[in-house]
Amino acid sequence: MSFLSIRNLSARLKGRPDQILRRVSLEVAAGEVRGLVGESGAGKSMIGKAILGTLPQSVEITGGQIILDGTDLLSLPTAQRRTLIGAKCALIPQDPLTALNPSRRIGPQITNRLVDILHWTRADAEKRARDLLAEVQIPDPERVMRSYPHELSGGMRQRILIASAFAAEPKLIIADEPTTALDVTVQKQILKLIAAMQARHGTALLFVTHDLGVVSKVCQSLSVLYAGYVLEDSTIPDFFHTPKHPYSRALLAATPKYTDPDGSLTPVSDAVIAATRAEVEAADRSAHV
Amino acid sequence: MLDGRSAIKRKLPTRLVLSATWLTLLTLAAVFAPLIAPKDPLAQDLFLGQLPPFWVQGHEPGYLLGTDSLGRDVLSRILYGARLALTVALTAGTITCIIGATMGLLAGFLRGWVDILISRAIDIWMAFPPVLFSILLIAVLGPSLTSIIIAIVVIDWTRFARVIRAEAMTQGAMDYVASAQVAGRTRLSTMITEILPNVLPTIVVLLTLEMGISIIVEAILSFVNLSISTDDPTWGGMIAEGRASIHQAWWVLVFPLITLFLTVLSFSQLGEGLKDRFDPVLR
Repeated sequence: MSFLSIRNLSARLKGRPDQILRRVSLEVAAGEVRGLVGESGAGKSMIGKAILGTLPQSVEITGGQIILDGTDLLSLPTAQRRTLIGAKCALIPQDPLTALNPSRRIGPQITNRLVDILHWTRADAEKRARDLLAEVQIPDPERVMRSYPHELSGGMRQRILIASAFAAEPKLIIADEPTTALDVTVQKQILKLIAAMQARHGTALLFVTHDLGVVSKVCQSLSVLYAGYVLEDSTIPDFFHTPKHPYSRALLAATPKYTDPDGSLTPVSDAVIAATRAEVEAADRSAHV
Repeated sequence: MLDGRSAIKRKLPTRLVLSATWLTLLTLAAVFAPLIAPKDPLAQDLFLGQLPPFWVQGHEPGYLLGTDSLGRDVLSRILYGARLALTVALTAGTITCIIGATMGLLAGFLRGWVDILISRAIDIWMAFPPVLFSILLIAVLGPSLTSIIIAIVVIDWTRFARVIRAEAMTQGAMDYVASAQVAGRTRLSTMITEILPNVLPTIVVLLTLEMGISIIVEAILSFVNLSISTDDPTWGGMIAEGRASIHQAWWVLVFPLITLFLTVLSFSQLGEGLKDRFDPVLR
């Protein structure tokens, strides 16, 4: 049984017919790294938010199950769900510049969860935070813990957020485009860091991204999302050698290649999009019958 | 490692120093008015009516800023007037702030029906003309210190609620709020530990602004004779009386006016200065 298993999850904007997620099913085994790819607006981040219970108020879940370690999150009362998620999941957010509270020092922002949910003593939690900061290669952790976020660079802040995500030894981390807001040189370091931390701690990782290059380096399996619908679910070698879905093939063809940096990009053709759309709509119809 | 910004030593802003000095002096004057006021503020002496301030010919020693038409010492009256002004500023300002900011935080962060309820209340509230509304309130409640404070709170809480609601909404959309939620915080504790510290600088600025506004409202009410019993000296009352004798004795009007002006200005500058000095994020 997978650690996280999402079954037929559907969501829409409150009071409107617009579907945001369409019967999404995906599994993340313990210790597995799964990529979740798709174009902007495909619903990648929404899946992450649905798991963590941080969906915007305008979005409502209309059906399905999110089973975390054998418990269906959607059937739990809010307080219990929050405690369960807090103990077992963590988030590496997209934008390190807004993901740390600007008016609080770094230290308490890392230790809070340990003290609040796991009831560690403050001294233990602080020691743990120092060790983790050292583990993500932050020089002088003592001093950083006393700093305010605006005193640190974007790359430093993302390292801190990674350390913070691993602090409570969660079983599952959701990384929501963790490198998008960073510049290219820092991106590579951060990716390596996430991969190394994941391997060392054996944490399952759901890696939300639009970058297939990143997926090929970090993940073991992936799900391709289009308009809130899972088009393809396969392992990384299978996907890159024999993509099953025409949309996946088009996506791969649209990826810039290091071997041919000057070559023009092939956009996903209108025909492929129309066919994919038709497929999604047909699936909608058959689901409603 | 730590970047250049953390090395910037922040100077005490001049406006913070100046405004804090003025307000401290005024507070001391208000507290110790019975000890330092040269005359009894209510003592009338028609033979000493309309004496000019000390540097003008015809002044009388002991009446530093002159006397009004009834021969009452202007300086003493200003000092005693500071008591009412500051009491109103502190109590009305603080109560307005607490009510308004709480409403704003709840509406902006919890959203949903709480927001709808509070926002509509604000909209309706703001459609009343404030000065007429306060005059009406005082007329109904009867003129007293309490009713002045109630009138100010009832009228001005919307100012806080509006601004704080917008701030709370902006902060609520930040990733750190999502992180706090994932870390198992309840909505309410997230609001207090994550959002509140970030809107606090704005609250402080608004609070000091509101203290200044409270003084002006009190002055307006005194001016139309709706403040506390007219025997007690109030700045607004002095300005109203001075208006009648402006051509013979300008000082009766001008000195309370200057005091009022400096005090209101100091309150607003105090807020901005505090924000410059203590907001952890340089904006």
